Amino acid sequence: MIANPLVSVRTLTKSYGHKVVLNRISLDIAEGEVVALIGPSGSGKSTLLRCMNHLERQDSGCVLVAGEPVGYSLKNGELHELPDRALSYQRRGIGMVFQGFNLFQHMTALENIIEGPIGVLKLPRAEVEEKARHLLDLVGLADWADHYPSQLSGGQQQRIAIARALAMRPRVMLFDEPTSALDPELVGDVLEVMRTLAGEGMTMIVVTHEIGFAREVCDRVVFMADGEIVEQGEPGQVLSAPVHERTRDFLRRIL
Amino acid sequence: MEIERSSVFSQPALKQNARLAAGPNVPDDAPLVPRRRPWMPVAAAACVAVLAFALWKLLENPVVDQDVILEYLFKDVTLRGVGVTLFLTTVSMAAGLAGAVVLAMMHLSDNSVLSGIARLYTWLFRGTPILVQLIFWGYLGIFIPELSLSLPGIGTIFSVPTAQVVTPMVAAMLALSLNEAAYSAEIVRSGILSVPRGQVEAARSVGMTRFRTFRRVVMPQAIRVIIPPMGNEVILMLKTTSLVSVIAGADLMTNLQHVYSQTFQVIPLLIVASIWYLFMVSILTIPQSWLERRFGQSLARSQPRRRKSRSSDSKAGKPALSDKRG
Repeated sequence: MIANPLVSVRTLTKSYGHKVVLNRISLDIAEGEVVALIGPSGSGKSTLLRCMNHLERQDSGCVLVAGEPVGYSLKNGELHELPDRALSYQRRGIGMVFQGFNLFQHMTALENIIEGPIGVLKLPRAEVEEKARHLLDLVGLADWADHYPSQLSGGQQQRIAIARALAMRPRVMLFDEPTSALDPELVGDVLEVMRTLAGEGMTMIVVTHEIGFAREVCDRVVFMADGEIVEQGEPGQVLSAPVHERTRDFLRRIL
Repeated sequence: MEIERSSVFSQPALKQNARLAAGPNVPDDAPLVPRRRPWMPVAAAACVAVLAFALWKLLENPVVDQDVILEYLFKDVTLRGVGVTLFLTTVSMAAGLAGAVVLAMMHLSDNSVLSGIARLYTWLFRGTPILVQLIFWGYLGIFIPELSLSLPGIGTIFSVPTAQVVTPMVAAMLALSLNEAAYSAEIVRSGILSVPRGQVEAARSVGMTRFRTFRRVVMPQAIRVIIPPMGNEVILMLKTTSLVSVIAGADLMTNLQHVYSQTFQVIPLLIVASIWYLFMVSILTIPQSWLERRFGQSLARSQPRRRKSRSSDSKAGKPALSDKRG
């Protein structure tokens, strides 16, 4: 039990039609913790992640980030969905990196990074640009600021996408299979950036199939199947000595 | 199972074809002679001949009076008509486009009433001929003689004869822009739909509001898809304005029709009109290609906005740890 979790998922439930994707999921994540969500496809891990910044609307339960329900406000014991502006305000603090990068195609790498801080946070341009160049440097793409996404490789795009999320100074970063769409030789660069972030103490929740990354970088591995958390714990324990048959089965198949 | 092979390179074929049979003996520097296509120049010559004949027939025809064409080409009545045509095109296109964006957003809305209304509008205005719509607005005064606003208890606030407000010019603008909105709405909608869903999610995840997402992320990308068909619409609109002659719209076509109904120089004046329409359409293609280049910039693969050497990616694998909190 974590005393003061930064992210707290409480009995989160979601179904698409008759298919239950999340079945009363509860999960606490401490500040600075790096958590890997693993599991077979269709196990609900991506949906869980998307509920954490309200890109997906749950059927019941809630996600708290820093004590605030994401996407809702508590009134008289009821959770009322937030209006657009308040929701946008909340999302500033929750960075997200997508499987398909989703860089804004009509903006250069630098413009992608500064769009949020300038347009949403209303910070002065000079300051934002300087910060953005630091971030570009951090992800190893200092010389690619003026390239458009279509001129960058997948790995470079994903690193720009990480920089874009970081530019909003989020409290937590959500990664939705950040390396799944990449050619194998480009995966390393992206993982390297994520390793750096973890080292800096960023709170990260990572849906991934990179077992090596989960083992080396993550503080905790959460194994999901059929909308439920089957098993969780330290990477060494879950990945090397899984208790549940389903976990063993899954790991056997992907390793 | 045996895999079937083409018989082209089988032995019998080789025997038939002496050159193929000599395959291994082809000299390294054997000159390559392209296949001749002797009928191409013949076909081209025939086309030129037909065109030249048609042009000659047109010019030598006494009905095509070149003096009349030259006289009316820059005459006051023509130029005034050109002005009205351009004005109608600009105003109707702008109003139509604004309406189109609203209609497209209504159509794409989750609210079934809004999207239903948008569909109904498109159905109605696309389904009836523009000529009918022009005449309808032109003769609005017949079944609504007065435009008035009266409130119970206060009485009539204002009342004006419809014919005074809805002049032929206003009727033309109404008909053209309402019709254009219906057509352009579909173009705008397809543009919006062409932007991948992930772009919206990414924008929302960096804290943009719905409106900002639409303005900064969706629209700039949709525009790329919208411009080419919209260029078509502008050209169509320019020529459709000629239909306002049925309600005495004072555009290029109407003015010249008035002239030839008195002078009976129908063909020369229609040629004058055609020359002007061709000229205006040609001019209009310039801003279109400019806009296409402007909004297609990000897809020009080979040219970054400012050129940088590609070799600089060598740093990629080693992110600078210390810079992050700088």
